[in-house]
Amino acid sequence: MGISFDRALGIHAQALEVRVSRAEVLANNLANADTPGYKARDIDFQAMLGQQMDGQLEMATTNGKHLPVGGLASEDSLKYRVPTQPSLDGNTVDTQMETAEFTKNVMDYQASFQFLNGRFKGLSAAIRGE
Amino acid sequence: MIMSLNSIFDIAGSGMAAQSIRLNTTASNMANANTAASSTGEVYRAKKPVFAAVQFQTLNEMHNAGVGSVGEESQGVLVKDIVESDAPLDMRYEPHHPLANEEGYVIYPNVNIVEEMTDMLSASRGFQTNVDVMDAAKTMMQRVLSLGQ
Repeated sequence: MGISFDRALGIHAQALEVRVSRAEVLANNLANADTPGYKARDIDFQAMLGQQMDGQLEMATTNGKHLPVGGLASEDSLKYRVPTQPSLDGNTVDTQMETAEFTKNVMDYQASFQFLNGRFKGLSAAIRGE
Repeated sequence: MIMSLNSIFDIAGSGMAAQSIRLNTTASNMANANTAASSTGEVYRAKKPVFAAVQFQTLNEMHNAGVGSVGEESQGVLVKDIVESDAPLDMRYEPHHPLANEEGYVIYPNVNIVEEMTDMLSASRGFQTNVDVMDAAKTMMQRVLSLGQ
């Protein structure tokens, strides 16, 4: 009976991946904080993690010309943020809020990382028989 | 996954570049705020950068070349153009000024110092935010490297 990494690591590997994608989206919002007409976006963590968890929902591609459906940051988990206040240039980025979300996301990333690291530590302890 | 973190570096880097261009135009505007001229053609006009989000198309090309990562959306920001302000010029009646024209007017640039100062603060804060984002991405990357240790 071999070790199934998927089962041993649980949800944490996917969670870490989603956290990275979310960091990317939030970094993009912050970079475009002064771009006229830019609409802030965010990832629906729940929806995206669900998508990551059941890989069966992904469509099979049997031809090189098929477009992949789903996967990371697909359109249905990437949403537009509801603006908190109107702005003259159509930009919906609230730098303070985005920075807070980004920091929160980094903390969540570290939490997911700790869990994942713990799983690995557990595995190596089991292998060494300590 | 690491690929994604790399693109945060690109995004924050593009933000820093854009903000420093903005700071550059502000510095130029303030330095030339009192540069007089005798005709409207040769007078300095306030320069303003135009920011635009890097569009999906560019990313898609990258994606096809196999170097793109995640996104369906824009990746960073770029300075599309630097335009000259069309605010009214400052005409001052100074007949003894060496650059005065026949009617005795000297033309000063349409630079608004107050506006430039706020622009400067906003650009420097924006730059700072992007530096913080890059720093956070760096920490995240270092954490991944220590996985399992």
